Amino acid sequence: MELATLEQAKQLGLLAEEFEKIIEILGRTPNFTELSIYSVMWSEHCSYKNSITWLKTLPKDGPYMLAKAGEENAGLVDIGGGLAVCFKIESHNHPSAIEPYQGAATGVGGINRDIFSMGARPIAQLNSLRFGNIQTARTKWLLKGVVKGIGDYGNAFGIPTVGGEVYFDDCYETNILVNAMSVGIAKVGTTISAIAEGLGNPVYIFGSTTGKDGIHGAAFASKDISEDSINDLPSVQVGDPFYEKLILEASMELIQTGAVIGMQDMGAAGITCSTSEMAAKSKTGMVVHLDKVPLRQANMKGWEILLSESQERMLVIVEKGKEHLAEAIFKKWEITYSQIGEVTDSQRVQYYYHGELEADIPAESLVLGGGAPIYTREWETPQYFKDIERYNIDNIPQVDNLKEVAEFLMQQPNIASKKWIFNQYDSMVGTVNQSTNFPSDAAIVKIKGTDKSLALTVDCNSRYVYSNPHVGCAIAVAEAARNIVCSGARPSAVTNCLNFGNPYDKEVYYQFKHSIDGMREACLKFNTPVTGGNVSFYNQSTEGVAVYPTPTIGMVGILEKPEHQTGLAFKEEGDLIYLIGQSQNDISSSQYLAKYHKVAFSPAPWFDLDEEKRLQDAIYESIENGFISSAHDVSEGGLFVTLMESAMNSHLGFRIQSDNAFRKDAWLFGEGQSRVVLTVKPSQRELLENHFGTHGLNYQHIGEVKGVNALIDGEDFGSIDQLKSLYDNAIGNALL
Amino acid sequence: MKFGVVIFPGSNCDRDLIDTLSKLSDQPVEELWHKDTDLKGVDFVFLPGGFSYGDYLRSGAIAKLSPIMQSVKEHADKGGYVMGICNGFQILCESGLLPGALLRNDHQKFLCKNVYLRPVNTELKITKSLDSNKSYTIPIAHGEGNYYADKATIEELEANNQVMFRYCDINGNVTKESNPNGSINNIAGICNKGRNVFGMMPHPERCFSEYLFNTDGRAIFNSIIK
Repeated sequence: MELATLEQAKQLGLLAEEFEKIIEILGRTPNFTELSIYSVMWSEHCSYKNSITWLKTLPKDGPYMLAKAGEENAGLVDIGGGLAVCFKIESHNHPSAIEPYQGAATGVGGINRDIFSMGARPIAQLNSLRFGNIQTARTKWLLKGVVKGIGDYGNAFGIPTVGGEVYFDDCYETNILVNAMSVGIAKVGTTISAIAEGLGNPVYIFGSTTGKDGIHGAAFASKDISEDSINDLPSVQVGDPFYEKLILEASMELIQTGAVIGMQDMGAAGITCSTSEMAAKSKTGMVVHLDKVPLRQANMKGWEILLSESQERMLVIVEKGKEHLAEAIFKKWEITYSQIGEVTDSQRVQYYYHGELEADIPAESLVLGGGAPIYTREWETPQYFKDIERYNIDNIPQVDNLKEVAEFLMQQPNIASKKWIFNQYDSMVGTVNQSTNFPSDAAIVKIKGTDKSLALTVDCNSRYVYSNPHVGCAIAVAEAARNIVCSGARPSAVTNCLNFGNPYDKEVYYQFKHSIDGMREACLKFNTPVTGGNVSFYNQSTEGVAVYPTPTIGMVGILEKPEHQTGLAFKEEGDLIYLIGQSQNDISSSQYLAKYHKVAFSPAPWFDLDEEKRLQDAIYESIENGFISSAHDVSEGGLFVTLMESAMNSHLGFRIQSDNAFRKDAWLFGEGQSRVVLTVKPSQRELLENHFGTHGLNYQHIGEVKGVNALIDGEDFGSIDQLKSLYDNAIGNALL
Repeated sequence: MKFGVVIFPGSNCDRDLIDTLSKLSDQPVEELWHKDTDLKGVDFVFLPGGFSYGDYLRSGAIAKLSPIMQSVKEHADKGGYVMGICNGFQILCESGLLPGALLRNDHQKFLCKNVYLRPVNTELKITKSLDSNKSYTIPIAHGEGNYYADKATIEELEANNQVMFRYCDINGNVTKESNPNGSINNIAGICNKGRNVFGMMPHPERCFSEYLFNTDGRAIFNSIIK
């Protein structure tokens, strides 16, 4: 076969030094197929080469961890009763920016395969989306496509979408972010690893046929988006949720036969990645005959079959002698399958095509933790920090008409109801979503057959991270934990999706490195180990505009007892409203400051990690003690929006008095952290005050649940229904 | 009464329906595989929601050709009970066991949310525990739930009292605003002339238990079970 050249290596995105390293590993110059294999396996997407050094500093240990970060396709946490929760978040940003419908759909497909390839049945999905300005035609097209893609795939696949977040900011105009999370339940001891053990065991591919779609998709996701990106359209895959549903059911039945040695889905870099990772993990080897791979089109070259990212495909190692058990299941579900090779002890992956050895590579040399390169890039303090330093709240005028600000914020797309979006997702299939009729800060999902539920959330305010990567990322973790605690559950573990610009940009690398520092600190504080996730660099256009650093935190919590489930809606007229935590003269990085005053540069909002932990512990305990009527944390839009969300979900109004120790705009709309609004029956007043007093936390009785209007210091801010109408329709109207 | 739930490839509410029926009736529920023709002696066949065969051609268009559906038709022709929910309703219309068709929602989007239903005919096997003056909160989740039939068929359905449910507001008023998909006369569910085949778009199996904080669907199942 023809030998590859340095020129080709560069075209495939490899560095000259990496080409040299390949020659050194092989002891010869690679052929084109082998070069292609290295180019995808050593791409940022598969190798984590610019991030792994920092990811390894994140806490991985915890008392309930069954699989640590990097060990398996997804995190696995023991939840007691012989069950484990399996979960992961992943990005599909680059494909979605080019072809929003298929890009988002296949993102949903891919993350679910990660879960069920481990033997866990997915029970819930979440997503975290970022778009540019909602007024532009491009954003409307992208948003509609992404939402339809997620909906069509997830709805047909039949797993409910129970939560998520959507933000709009100009920095995402070219590079949107589409992060999808899936959560499954498995029996402890029956989970499946991505291993290839046992000399001579047969290797099967099952699922969809292999075509030319998605070739070099991983490499595509590892470069900036430019006007030439449209030429990468074949790098976007096409999804088939019906087929995915069949392979889910078949996989579940397959595992029950006991015939499975190891299994992995085919995502980025297709057959190449699954075969080499499984062989490397088991220190075995694999022979694969590409002629045996079921193809959907003729005349495919060897490297095309190896690199294809056709969706809905699985690789499974079956115990020799039990082939008939596996094949009976494939036939039952009418799934295409083929035995394409077998496990060897050569420690090499060897791919044959038309009787020739097309590629012959040491498996270890391809994978993360093996031969894949590892870099630490340089970083430097971003220039824009100087603009942030110049910010002073005293230069921001206090608005006289706060009612007008309130109405503005209720319609702000980052605050307004996302129902135009989430109503297109089936949120109730599976009969596990306990939040449909009883909403809380995190989604509560029933673990059937037990008294327990999961509390699930995805969170990241990237404006805070942009302002201060360390603090902002710690806030993302804190908010996720706070949402879980306010719902009555205990935070358990984290999966992360790290969306950043180009890592070769020193300011971007600063943001990345410092975000990880903040995440580490917060995850240690909340005792929520990181179980894995995904890094997406190059969310940057060729004009050099990087997205805000967006380290999305997916967090799982456990609701131990049904009676602890706590809603965010006001419960009944006359209940007392308390603000727990410290008010601040702070509007930094708030939606109010950024969108109403149009101030782009300000510090992250007030945050103190120790105070936050004390607050969360005290809130959790108060819910356990059973005297709380409702709980809702203060986040985007500040105290006012928090109160409105509790009011709109109950059709009950409120009457509150502000604290004149603070600017009224800061008190109402500031986003200082570590604050929660609780309501209690008047009879529980003393209990609440004693409880939080004992914990040394600030508490303030700010008013009552009353009437059907929002009354602040005697001023009527409008009826709840009228404000709700603005809030409910803002996004739908913007998209007309 | 013995219940069975058909499982097509792509069904995704089959488990929910089996859970609901077995919990409320306190007896095992038969799973009926689409490639089989044996109804395993069940008295009441359910066709669950989902996307049978992917629904890539037209919802229910392939499912009606499956072996099990030939047996379901025979069962219905002999007066046996059949109920289709969501995709199941679409399959019953495609099979000709129920009149009319379910078109794409008038707003062209998939829609999942709680809606209010008003029982119209409360003398049916599945509605007899319901109060026709009450509105029931039952969720929908469909892209093609816009019930359509020609004028003569609609007139006949109405005249024969074959409309089971209409979409309404919280107070039970049948209004244009409370119609989530554009269906004619706010129709959410119908039965056949023989009153043994039932179809509805909303999902009563998604609101049968306290842990979901909505038990309005239970009344429908109780009509059948008790």
